[in-house]
Amino acid sequence: MANQYDAIVIGAGHNGLCCAAYLAKAGQKVLVLERRHIVGGVTTTEEIYPGFKYSSCSYVSSLLRPWIIRDLDLPKHGYEILPLESTFTPFPDGRYLLRDADAEKTRRAVSAFSQRDAETYPQFGQAMSELGRMVKPIIDAPTPLPTSINPKDLLQTLRLGRHITGQGADWMTGLLKLGTASAVDLLSEWFESDYLIGPMSVSGIIGTHLGVRSPGTAYVLLHHYMGEIDGSYRAWGLPKGGTGAIALAIARSAESFGATVKTAAPVSRVLVKNGRATGVVLENGDQFDARIVVSGADPQRTFLGFVGKEHLESDFVDQIERFKMRGSSGKVNLALDRLPDFACLPGDGPHLRGDITIAPGVAYLERAYDDSKYGRYSRQPFMDVVIPSLSDPTVAPPGKHVMSIFVQYAPYHIAEGPENWPQQKEAFGDTVIDTLSEYIPNLKDIILHRYVLTPWDLEQEYGLTEGNIFHGELSLEQLGFLRPAAGWARYRTPLKDLWLCGSGAHPGGGIMGSPGALCAKAILEERSL
Amino acid sequence: MPLESPFHPRTSRICTSHSWKDWAGFLAVCRYGCSLDSEYFAIRESAALIDVTPLFKYDISGPQAETLLSRMTVRDVKKMKVGRVAYTCWCDDRGMVVDDGTVSRLDENTYRLTAADPTHHWLTRLAARYKVEIVDVTEKIAALAVQGPTSRNVLESCLDHDLSGLKFFQTMPAKIGQVDVWVSRTGYTGDLGYEVWVAADQAVQIWDAIFNAGRAHGIQPTGLDALDISRIEAGFILQGIDYFNCLRTQIESRKTTPFEIGLGWLVDLDRDPFIGQEALRKAADASKRQLVGIEVNWEDLEALYDSVDQPPQLPAQASRSSIPVYRERRQVGRVSSHTWSPLLKKSIGLATLEKDFCQPGQTVEVEHTVEFERRTVAAKVVKMPFFDPERKRKP
Repeated sequence: MANQYDAIVIGAGHNGLCCAAYLAKAGQKVLVLERRHIVGGVTTTEEIYPGFKYSSCSYVSSLLRPWIIRDLDLPKHGYEILPLESTFTPFPDGRYLLRDADAEKTRRAVSAFSQRDAETYPQFGQAMSELGRMVKPIIDAPTPLPTSINPKDLLQTLRLGRHITGQGADWMTGLLKLGTASAVDLLSEWFESDYLIGPMSVSGIIGTHLGVRSPGTAYVLLHHYMGEIDGSYRAWGLPKGGTGAIALAIARSAESFGATVKTAAPVSRVLVKNGRATGVVLENGDQFDARIVVSGADPQRTFLGFVGKEHLESDFVDQIERFKMRGSSGKVNLALDRLPDFACLPGDGPHLRGDITIAPGVAYLERAYDDSKYGRYSRQPFMDVVIPSLSDPTVAPPGKHVMSIFVQYAPYHIAEGPENWPQQKEAFGDTVIDTLSEYIPNLKDIILHRYVLTPWDLEQEYGLTEGNIFHGELSLEQLGFLRPAAGWARYRTPLKDLWLCGSGAHPGGGIMGSPGALCAKAILEERSL
Repeated sequence: MPLESPFHPRTSRICTSHSWKDWAGFLAVCRYGCSLDSEYFAIRESAALIDVTPLFKYDISGPQAETLLSRMTVRDVKKMKVGRVAYTCWCDDRGMVVDDGTVSRLDENTYRLTAADPTHHWLTRLAARYKVEIVDVTEKIAALAVQGPTSRNVLESCLDHDLSGLKFFQTMPAKIGQVDVWVSRTGYTGDLGYEVWVAADQAVQIWDAIFNAGRAHGIQPTGLDALDISRIEAGFILQGIDYFNCLRTQIESRKTTPFEIGLGWLVDLDRDPFIGQEALRKAADASKRQLVGIEVNWEDLEALYDSVDQPPQLPAQASRSSIPVYRERRQVGRVSSHTWSPLLKKSIGLATLEKDFCQPGQTVEVEHTVEFERRTVAAKVVKMPFFDPERKRKP
């Protein structure tokens, strides 16, 4: 019975691998099947241009839960995170803002724009850390089910309620605001300067098809503030060897527990017999049987693709079809001959080693969103740039660099239809380079190679439906007990023995690992293992 | 008033944090900028440039240099070939450790000894009637450590030699530009790394050459704070912190044998007489305490902070303040150096414990002050080094 497993995991993304590692650790015979030639999904490092290693898709990390790092002994398997300690924001008027680990220096830098903001800035940071700590029980456990009358669920909801109300009325109000307000509304309560509100508000829109003034974006902002490195919240880091190294470390950990990981093994469908998932069939016809099947793919690909509507109740199918995917971002990866020179702050320096944000003001960001509302990529996009080779020389040849540019908005649904993205791809890349060149005059002279990814590529090459980097938008109506569908937010699915372990499950996207690990725990609990 | 190191014209210009300390009478950088992390990660991910000039350095030459050093230290220096470097320690007649350092055999009759404390008197007293010359070169020779995974690339792009022949704990003469240097494959970080030894009046030239060559390999001037984290990860002890020079303390309980501080492996008992040999023969099995690695239980620490409604807080740098270690409420030892390891994601420390509690896997409780209150957290004894990458000794 070589092709018989306890569990088959579809997709070797970081969540699929996490799930597999936990299952294997519990003694299960686990097979992970990955469509691409390498593990990682969108947590991947690719050497597309010789000598240069791109973190093609995801590019920074902080959300990977510390308990997962410990449980899976990831540092032993090559997981190393280098600090990303500053945020540099150049403005078109030649000014810039550099916020870094030196609190006093940051205060002086913000003071140049607003003395009031300079003094509230650390308080805001503190408040966000507190909030991060408050939501920690939510992201480190299966979602509470406020509509369930099962005593265990009621108890969990009650406990959580007490945990939150115990923080005082102000926090309750704060949390409600976070759930409903826009990122700009939230930030405007703390700050007055557009030079600060603009760049800070972008954390609220990353990966969503919403603007910084759209209600609900305050939550996404928090989602990016939940990151925790070494017990310190809001800390972001660069994985050594690119984000692919995280997936590799988890894969090695899974293999050390006995899991098998097969690449270049695209699953075509989930086998269903008598209303149960019993295995999978690959595109080449190979069949693998298992007692359970776990999908690390997004909800639409899983249910509408691998399973098929015919095996599911129609109201569930409706919910999944309505689940908002609509990707809104793209990626441009560059190989650089030397370091870029910013017009406002020429030369090498600590500002290049951190996060570089092109988000000069709320109006700029809203205009970028306007383009996308009408089916065009932003003519002046928001960009989040990092140069990982400065901290991690292993990703580029000596003296050369890689630059990762996250670009928003690049809506999947362009006016001409998503299938027309390939014709617009290079023009999109040009727009990104042109916009960035306004800040980095030497940029075009130093580009050795560029790798552009549109939402269409993210779907076709990496398997993200509509190119949504979070397996479904992180809006309030798609979170918690509603992710991915009411009644099915605990990793179990309406098809017996099929489980969902990707970012489309609670608590959502980012290199967090929680959906994968929590799904495994739910499986093991159900099977009393 | 501390002396300026020969690299001071360079280090003082870039030490924007103004964070200095006195290291053996020299002014030494704790950290250059505001970020300790970037300096620490240079050691582990690229290349760190560390001024280690303040080490005490002695050149010992003459036909009986070998005899002197074999008699002084616990290792048999006679076994060393030219070009070898040996880590060693030396004791008093009672077998109590005086200091530790390295011995390099530069040629047939010339050795260089490094030490944490001034050692000239100890050497000359032992050298009476021997045909040796002892020169204190501490202020004449500047030393620069280049440590980290890209350190070899950095040095190979400015040296006249490639370094593939230089094995772990070997040294060789070389040239950087027109300047004569000695390069040794040694260091205090537990990583791939080298130390470059140069005449003090040519130090600045060497700094510039290495720094410029290092630009393409992510070189980062690094201070002692980051070095301290890496040496704890490597399980390296520090004299004056993890143990004490027996000649400089009046307190009997502070004096230790090599066996008590993890240096038993250096002691070569079956050979010509050396200082402390008889005492060490007896001490080998008699030690009542041992130096071990410990690892704090993170869940316990988190729960402790949770009980005062706070996220876990750890000092951003290594600490050298001694902490009591308990077992069932009785103190069984102390942690002498401890740090959060940014690489291993663990809170680790070097501890001296009663022998009964030194087996790997043993659990103990370590004092931890939270919200001004002294509490304890669980910790376990683990094997050292905490971090030992293959690249450190790989050819």
